[in-house]
Amino acid sequence: MSPWIIGFVVFIAYPMFASAYYSFTNYDLLSNPKLIGLENYRFMFTKDPQFWQAMRNTVWLILVGLPLNMVFALLTAFLLTRPRRGHRVYRTIYFLPTLAPPVAASLAFVFILNPAFGPVNQLLQHLGVASPPLWFFDPSTSKWGLVFLGLWGIGQTMIIYLAGLLDVPRQLYEAADIEGATGIQKFRFVTLPMISPVIFFSLVIGVIYGFQFFTEAYVASFAVSGSAQSAAATNVGYPQGSMLFYSLYLYVKGFAEFRMGYASAMAWILFLITMACTIILIRTSKRWVHYQGGFR
Amino acid sequence: MGSLPGRVPIATTTTVRPAPPRPSATIVRRPLPAEVRRRRFLVTVANHALLIAVGAIFLLPIVFVLLSAVMTDQQVLGAHLWPSPFRWSNFTDVFDRIPLLRYTRNTFTIAVLSTVGVVVSCIPVAYALSRIQWRGRGAAFIVVLSTMMLPFQVTVIPLYILFVRFGWIGTMKPLIVPLFFGDAFTIFLLRQFFLTIPEELSDAARIDGANEFQIMTRVIVPLAKPAIAAVALFQFLYSWNDFFAPLLYLGENPKLWTLSMGLAEFRGQFQTEWNLTMAASVLFMIPVIVLFFLAQRVFVEGVTVTGVKG
Repeated sequence: MSPWIIGFVVFIAYPMFASAYYSFTNYDLLSNPKLIGLENYRFMFTKDPQFWQAMRNTVWLILVGLPLNMVFALLTAFLLTRPRRGHRVYRTIYFLPTLAPPVAASLAFVFILNPAFGPVNQLLQHLGVASPPLWFFDPSTSKWGLVFLGLWGIGQTMIIYLAGLLDVPRQLYEAADIEGATGIQKFRFVTLPMISPVIFFSLVIGVIYGFQFFTEAYVASFAVSGSAQSAAATNVGYPQGSMLFYSLYLYVKGFAEFRMGYASAMAWILFLITMACTIILIRTSKRWVHYQGGFR
Repeated sequence: MGSLPGRVPIATTTTVRPAPPRPSATIVRRPLPAEVRRRRFLVTVANHALLIAVGAIFLLPIVFVLLSAVMTDQQVLGAHLWPSPFRWSNFTDVFDRIPLLRYTRNTFTIAVLSTVGVVVSCIPVAYALSRIQWRGRGAAFIVVLSTMMLPFQVTVIPLYILFVRFGWIGTMKPLIVPLFFGDAFTIFLLRQFFLTIPEELSDAARIDGANEFQIMTRVIVPLAKPAIAAVALFQFLYSWNDFFAPLLYLGENPKLWTLSMGLAEFRGQFQTEWNLTMAASVLFMIPVIVLFFLAQRVFVEGVTVTGVKG
């Protein structure tokens, strides 16, 4: 227990208090932190358009990408419950992309979705799409590239849903059959309520990690802009800041511009937002999440 | 949101399908009417058609990557879908272009040491939180749980400043040392598993005069092997794939770059050589996939027994 206590104090408790303190200061690592009160927070909310851009992009990702992720994961998981034979092979194939290291997966998608020579647009042209999207090179479609990247690596969520689906007692479906329920009714009134705890779990995790979304956006935006990571500050969130997400912006502020105070303030706002979202989700969950026999 | 940055279990399956009931000797099943059988057959065909279609969607990006990894530079830029000729030498050329072996060694070192650190440090904590009664145990567990919720962004800035003062920036220490002091997620998983081991086993050992440390090492750890293997695997994969920590702490020191770091930077240096980038990506993915197939049983068993979904 004791090494953990040391670890907790050094690596968690102290940094928490320190970052709360830094968030009220102006600190560039070279000189001592200078207390400036709430100035960081005021600047963030009133004078920093990039902050709001990052926030908008992140919220977009959570409102658009996360539901798509969850629906797609549920559909694939449902599909995987269908076959009597070969389900292990299918499961392995569906899960395979999830194993790809995020950096490799992001680079792969930047390549595949390249407007000039990427295979996807070639296929689209063969299929008769006259002007296929420019994907990562167009601010209006760049985030969709990241959404598709997310859908491709759906494995973890899918497996959790699959476990939930297979846990639904067979008798419930039989009872529904006797009542004469249709397939859709069975899904709506048996399957969904039964797996609602799993859906709830993935929703909470998805929101929390949505705000921490970093690697894919970082790698994709720099690979597309064609600059090395050393040029981090200038090309962040390329194109036109459309891939500037909250954690990416925090990284740039803290570790490219070394504005530690401002980055700490951003981190605390992030923490408060995730806390608020989690609490709201837990509050509303009582209305739609059904636990059989208490919390598991 | 893509590959989740956190240590979410990679596979949590409980896919133990009930075996189809076998017709026993006494009950002879009547054959199903042809109409029903035909419908069942059609449904099966439809299911598999859909499954294969979706599988193709999942595999297509991998196929594209593999194909472009064996193309020439000009073929990739010339928008060809099929390589001709197959340029297998890409896989060796990559080694000339970037120090892939060194990156692999660095990544491996970090992944192994952090895995050892997590296992060694988390077992005693999980043990204390599950198998020993003491005042404040519940509170300590809640603290562990709440640190799982804390976004890493909150602690990363003071930690970075701390590591600057220690002179650890540009060394592997920030990526390894903290893990020797425990990791909330691993503690949580191990504790859940330890709780499932019957208390009588510990009592028996106590009667034989074993102290808590002996009970932990001789009784609990051997029984918890699947769970320990699972958390070790999660940590290894997490460290192997991680990008943020190497970027932050090793960015200035190219000698210690990991594969993630090297690959991301490779794109910056060699703008148009997509064939080599894809070849390097393939080489990067191979160990993970091999590990997955070798340890698929560990994945499935380990987490099924920890009883944690997600």
